[in-house]
Amino acid sequence: MREIMVRAMYCEMLGYDASFTYIHAIKLAQQGGVLEKRVGYLAVSLFLNEGHELLLLLVNTVLKDLQSTNLIEVCMALTVVAQVFPKDMIPAVLPLVEDKLSHPKEIIRRKAVLALYKFYLIAPNQVQHIHAKFCKALSDKDPGVMASSLHIYLQLIRSPDSYKDLTGSFVTILKQVLGGKLPVDFNYHSVPAPWLQIQLLRILSLLGKEDQSTSELMYEVLDESLRRAEMNHNITYAILYECVKAVYTIHPKAELLEKAARCIGNFVLSPKINLKYLGLKALTYVVQHDAKLALQHQMTIIECLDHSDFTIKRETLELLFRITNAQNVTVIVEKMLDFLRSCNDEHTIIHLIGKVAELAEKYPFNKPEFMNTLLPMKYNSWFIQTMNDVFSIGGDLLQQDDPNNFLRLLAEGSESKEEDDQLRLYAVESYLTVLKGHTSHLPQCFLQVMSWVLGEYAHLQESVDRREVIRLLTQLLDQRSVSSETRVWILSALTKIPEGQTDLILDLAESLSSSQDTVLRQQAQELRHLSQDSQLREFKPVAVVCVFSSQVDSSLSFLDGFVSEALAAGAAPYKPPHQRQEELCEDRALNLEPYSFSLPVSLSSCSITDRQSPTLLSVSSGLSGNSAELSQKAGSSTLILEGVKRVWGKDGYLPQKEATAPPVDEPSAAVQPASQQEAAERIEPRPEPSTQNQDKQQLASSLFVGLGVGSSVSLLGKSEAPPPRFRKKPRPHESSSSSGTSKRSSDSSSRSSRNTTDSFLYGSFPEEEPATSISTFDHTPKSTTANGLSQNKDTKEDRHANTSQILGGDMVIVRPSTIQDKHPPSVSSDLTALLPADLKDLPHSDVISLTSDPSLSLSSCRLFRDEALLLVIFISNCTETVIKDVAVQLTLKHKHQQMTLKNFFLLQVFEFMRLILMNSILSVTHRPLVVTTEEYGKLWLSLSHDVKQNLKLLTDAGDPLRTTLNALKDALQLHVVDIIGSEGIVACRLLSGAPCLLHCRVNGAALAMWLRSPHPALPDFILYHCQRALAHH
Amino acid sequence: MIKAILIFNNHGKPRLSKFYEHYTEDTEQQIIRETFHLVSKRDENVCNFLEGGLLIGGSENKLIYRHYATLYFVFCVDSSESELGILDLIQVFVETLDKCFENVCELDLIFHMDKVHNILAEMVMGGMVLETNMSEIITQAEAHNKMEKSEAGIAGAPARAVSAVKNMNLPEMPKNINIGDISIKVPNLPSFK
Repeated sequence: MREIMVRAMYCEMLGYDASFTYIHAIKLAQQGGVLEKRVGYLAVSLFLNEGHELLLLLVNTVLKDLQSTNLIEVCMALTVVAQVFPKDMIPAVLPLVEDKLSHPKEIIRRKAVLALYKFYLIAPNQVQHIHAKFCKALSDKDPGVMASSLHIYLQLIRSPDSYKDLTGSFVTILKQVLGGKLPVDFNYHSVPAPWLQIQLLRILSLLGKEDQSTSELMYEVLDESLRRAEMNHNITYAILYECVKAVYTIHPKAELLEKAARCIGNFVLSPKINLKYLGLKALTYVVQHDAKLALQHQMTIIECLDHSDFTIKRETLELLFRITNAQNVTVIVEKMLDFLRSCNDEHTIIHLIGKVAELAEKYPFNKPEFMNTLLPMKYNSWFIQTMNDVFSIGGDLLQQDDPNNFLRLLAEGSESKEEDDQLRLYAVESYLTVLKGHTSHLPQCFLQVMSWVLGEYAHLQESVDRREVIRLLTQLLDQRSVSSETRVWILSALTKIPEGQTDLILDLAESLSSSQDTVLRQQAQELRHLSQDSQLREFKPVAVVCVFSSQVDSSLSFLDGFVSEALAAGAAPYKPPHQRQEELCEDRALNLEPYSFSLPVSLSSCSITDRQSPTLLSVSSGLSGNSAELSQKAGSSTLILEGVKRVWGKDGYLPQKEATAPPVDEPSAAVQPASQQEAAERIEPRPEPSTQNQDKQQLASSLFVGLGVGSSVSLLGKSEAPPPRFRKKPRPHESSSSSGTSKRSSDSSSRSSRNTTDSFLYGSFPEEEPATSISTFDHTPKSTTANGLSQNKDTKEDRHANTSQILGGDMVIVRPSTIQDKHPPSVSSDLTALLPADLKDLPHSDVISLTSDPSLSLSSCRLFRDEALLLVIFISNCTETVIKDVAVQLTLKHKHQQMTLKNFFLLQVFEFMRLILMNSILSVTHRPLVVTTEEYGKLWLSLSHDVKQNLKLLTDAGDPLRTTLNALKDALQLHVVDIIGSEGIVACRLLSGAPCLLHCRVNGAALAMWLRSPHPALPDFILYHCQRALAHH
Repeated sequence: MIKAILIFNNHGKPRLSKFYEHYTEDTEQQIIRETFHLVSKRDENVCNFLEGGLLIGGSENKLIYRHYATLYFVFCVDSSESELGILDLIQVFVETLDKCFENVCELDLIFHMDKVHNILAEMVMGGMVLETNMSEIITQAEAHNKMEKSEAGIAGAPARAVSAVKNMNLPEMPKNINIGDISIKVPNLPSFK
């Protein structure tokens, strides 16, 4: 078996599939003697990766071997743990590995340290508690253990602040190493522990970065190691190099810098090529701090440029890139392009071409000193020529950014219009020259850029005949090598070239109208229409330059006006698809009469005006989703086919709206003649929106996951859901009415006060309190009394409560209701009694006072409903006078997305206003899940993502487990399913329905918690909250 | 961190590959091919460092290689490793192999793949340099060998017999090859009389 396994490894290495042996590798590791085990483990670490499912089978073996008394077995187990263990299995072995830190044998300690380091890399939060032990490892008496702990510190010190106090220890260690205090074994070519030194120097440079006091501690030792490293062997150079880097990283000290500079000189001048390379690297690093150093080695650098070694050349160019300034940019770019022309490594080209483009763009308008050396004309030619070279060399390997940046530079220009025009003029000229030559070998990307520039700026060039430009572009279209994307670019360029050449264009449009590509065909059509209709041409929008739209208004708020108009005109409010589906189903079920009857009946019932034609017409008109939806309802009994059409109508209507809405900041997907021009002039119109949309969609799908499920459930499944809540009114309706209100109130000269409540409604809502900035209260009670509006001095409180629900950010549902209550506003504890009847029975948190000032006080509480979290905000008037208007601005901030939903409510409120905000958007909050033990068992097995962790146990009571679980239950809305002996099972679920099961076992003084959920992030999230809850307890 | 350790011969045949980051098998093979392509083009008198290819992380990573007789030893490392340090680590590795196998050659790597891997595991663990002390590595390796022998005495006899027969059947194996500075000797096969 062992032999076979070795052979299997060999086969695998040669690239043959040996996956059938994987299971045998695990078996070998499980069953065999030490010899077999060794091969088995080796095979496992070669075959399996962190995500492999077979690894599960290995956990027990590893656990057993970790506890073994045989050193070699422990070593093997530790090795395999460090190589392949995935994140979710770490808790299983973590305690054992930790124990190994105090193992008497240093080899074990060393491996344990490295295994822990690996754990730290994979899952930093799981090993947080053992930082102290790392510290112990650092002070281990065995240098090997200490050396391996340096790996960890090198990683930890990336964020150096909390480790500054260790600087002393590191310096001492380095001193000891330098002083030859280590065993002779560690010498390599008579240099004491060189790798250790390198490691230490790196740590020191990280620690001393921009920190004078820390740096001062290490000057001496750095000096020492610079001195000690005699130039005799590779490894000493390695140390020197690190030393030099450290000297330049930490707070500078002149004396050391001088020495380091001398070292760099030695490196660069060294005949050994490796050292030369390192010298160049060091120079590249150093010139950022001290550009003069490069001057000293000018000649060497120049020599290196012509060096036969590719790597050296590249490194030299890298160095040159760093020292580029306005004066030398032309030369350096020239050198880089030369190099690129001779280079055929794809990776290098991509890397360098980007740099060239960056340089060329960085210094284009950097005129002041520049003007002296180069005439603007000459400069322009340089810039355009360089970019031409970049495009033709880099070609399609270029990243999308480079042509985009270039075009933006051309389009936006600098301050002076004259210069811009000159630049553009030159670009046009040079491109015409290029196009007149041989074009078939040019990269697509270059062709696209050229066609854009020609389309945009060809009119600047008076001397060139338009026909010539058109002819050149048409020629391009005919070439077979031109991709269809480029054709689109060319066509839109042709569209932009001013009129007058109708015959040419018509010919072209004719020939393209039979093209296979629909986009091309469409553009050809548009082109024809445009060229025929001179009036249309005048309408042509002024060039909208480079709309790099970065924000997509997913709520389509710019449509609000339209929607409210439509509503005012009697259109039915928008209903989400599932609701319509439901209605459709109902209608279908009822639909037993002949079709001819249903139509007039439903028409009249829906009060549509005469012009509303039956379904098909209104749908195909596609002007208004609302009307489409309405007529759909009307004619829903006609055909099943109609359901299909309606979907089309709904989707089609949105983009078309965008096209008609004037200030669209969003790339419109609709291909309409009017928006076409605009779309074509955008640089790279297609890919950008789509990726954005993807991102957006991802964001949206993750955010609204709870919403979609939750609301559809309550709409379709739960009949007990209060119906008015789901009667949806579009937001514009509300805002228009409220703006009317504000007008009225301003007439009555009452003050409007504005409270800003920043609610950080992140998933961890329960523990993050909404913060209110009290400074934004600009309302003065004086003015109210001054206005003499004191007629409501009796204690009767008129409450006008508005329940608003924010669904998915695009729809606000407002449910006004007036409740009369007779509680004095100051008694905040009674506030919950003021809740509407349908909310009263829900479990709720304590009422928290958010803020208050002499006139208003603001408090809030959270209500836990099955499908949502409600945030209730109580605003109470502490004065005797009447508040006419309260403006409440709610800002929801999501921690990650910085998504800010600003809903500005202007509500007419008398003395109380309540605003219930339904937090459906943030579905991360959880609810108890009531299951039986059997169901729990089944569910447990079906869930995939699990996390294990030890938690603190509350030990103050007789039954610690029960106390702890009850505490968790109270704090986190969990459901304790069962407690059996020392184990307990607990369940909860997300709003969206994803369950999370917790299995708790008392393990000494700790509570071993094992969480499982289908949702990958949920266990971690719950665990985190459990920890917090217990810590607070 | 060390991302991968590759050993291949002058013809690009892999002799040892160890990846410390997960790649699919196809990618691994591609990496080996690409690396060989990059490394084999280079002259003798150029430096031992190379920017990584596209697959293995682009300019983030470096290839550091040494060429011994018929074999290329390539370490792919990220920017947190010292180039010269790794270069000497390769030297240490080769010297260790040389000591363990008494004049190491390409065939040793083929026939004692597990041993080579074990030695490597003593030096580099999970991408981190664990041990650079040659004598320590050899001690560890020998401890393992000793144990193997003691166990093999009881349990391994049949296996050894099988392997001996297998080795017998191999087509004519060259007995003494001397290439470059490392003298290559075929390991002493158990003779079959």
